[in-house]
Amino acid sequence: MIYWEIFLAFFIPGIVGYGGGPATIPLIEYEVVHRYDWMTIEEFGEVLALGNALPGPIATKMAGFIAFEQAGILGAIVALFATIAPSLILMLILLSVLLKFKDSPKVKLLSSVVRPTIAVLLGAMTFRFMETSYLDSGWLQTGFMLVVSYVLLEKIKVHPAYVILSALIYGALFLH
Amino acid sequence: MKQANLFMAFLRVGLLGYGGGPASIPLIQKEVVDKYEWMTDEEFSDMLAIGNTLPGPIATKLAGYIGYRVSGISGMLNALLASVIPTVILMIILLTSLASFREYDWVQGMTRGVLPVVAVMLGVLTWNFFKKSHTDLGWLKASLLVIASVLLIQLVGMHPAIVIAALILFVLLKPARKAGEEE
Repeated sequence: MIYWEIFLAFFIPGIVGYGGGPATIPLIEYEVVHRYDWMTIEEFGEVLALGNALPGPIATKMAGFIAFEQAGILGAIVALFATIAPSLILMLILLSVLLKFKDSPKVKLLSSVVRPTIAVLLGAMTFRFMETSYLDSGWLQTGFMLVVSYVLLEKIKVHPAYVILSALIYGALFLH
Repeated sequence: MKQANLFMAFLRVGLLGYGGGPASIPLIQKEVVDKYEWMTDEEFSDMLAIGNTLPGPIATKLAGYIGYRVSGISGMLNALLASVIPTVILMIILLTSLASFREYDWVQGMTRGVLPVVAVMLGVLTWNFFKKSHTDLGWLKASLLVIASVLLIQLVGMHPAIVIAALILFVLLKPARKAGEEE
């Protein structure tokens, strides 16, 4: 049942992803690339890149598009619901309780303890993207583009949307 | 009027916030605290703190909660739609039109061109998560958790959600006194 699978694929990342939308990216990748085989890592990279080039929350952009591709508008609605509803409902219900515990060391410890695991997932994903890029375009192009995009993004602080746009143009001209 | 303001406030946040939900928090604060005065600064930081204790995307938790406070369920739905739907529709239009050119070489080149950029962005995000782990937990505990996660997820092939759920349970069930000593 595709709608149930879509619900689960986005419910699980939403409910265990501590650290906001970006922390849920590797969890979404696990579900849609490895578990359900809805897309290849290249396609996922394309979705992620465009998601980063556009404004707004990243988790909902990914969920909406990936589910739309699998099961149309209804699929997109199911995925958005699964991404947004569980944590929002928890927040609305538990607000008064949580207000009391927001400074408790235990509650603060929660996100700290989960963070190293998310870091490992993100690191593994980074590695897979580099590996795929190497297999598709070779070491020279991959190395060159890694260095250039790192310098542009992190040193010169060029807006990600421009870096992604340039990479799309560069790829269209030189990488086929 | 309230509904129109809610819609415009979160539409602006959704369309101007680059870098995902966490990057749009200051924009939300500007609209909600400074412009429309729906909350005080203190209420906003309390809400943010609570939002951070729960998993899932932060932008939608904040939008939903603020919308609910301003005008009930309809306000909640309104704020969520305004922050999520425009960019989702943009994504769908852009990616489906790109997909219709899929068989062309240059479109495949575009996909390849974007891979290293995504790798750099994720690499930086990874590094930030590692750094924050070390400041929060110290080298020893952070490294142990990293090594355990690599073993369980990458080598044993355990579902990452199970590993994270186990960590959450461990923190919640641990005797409170011990957690206090560790702070």
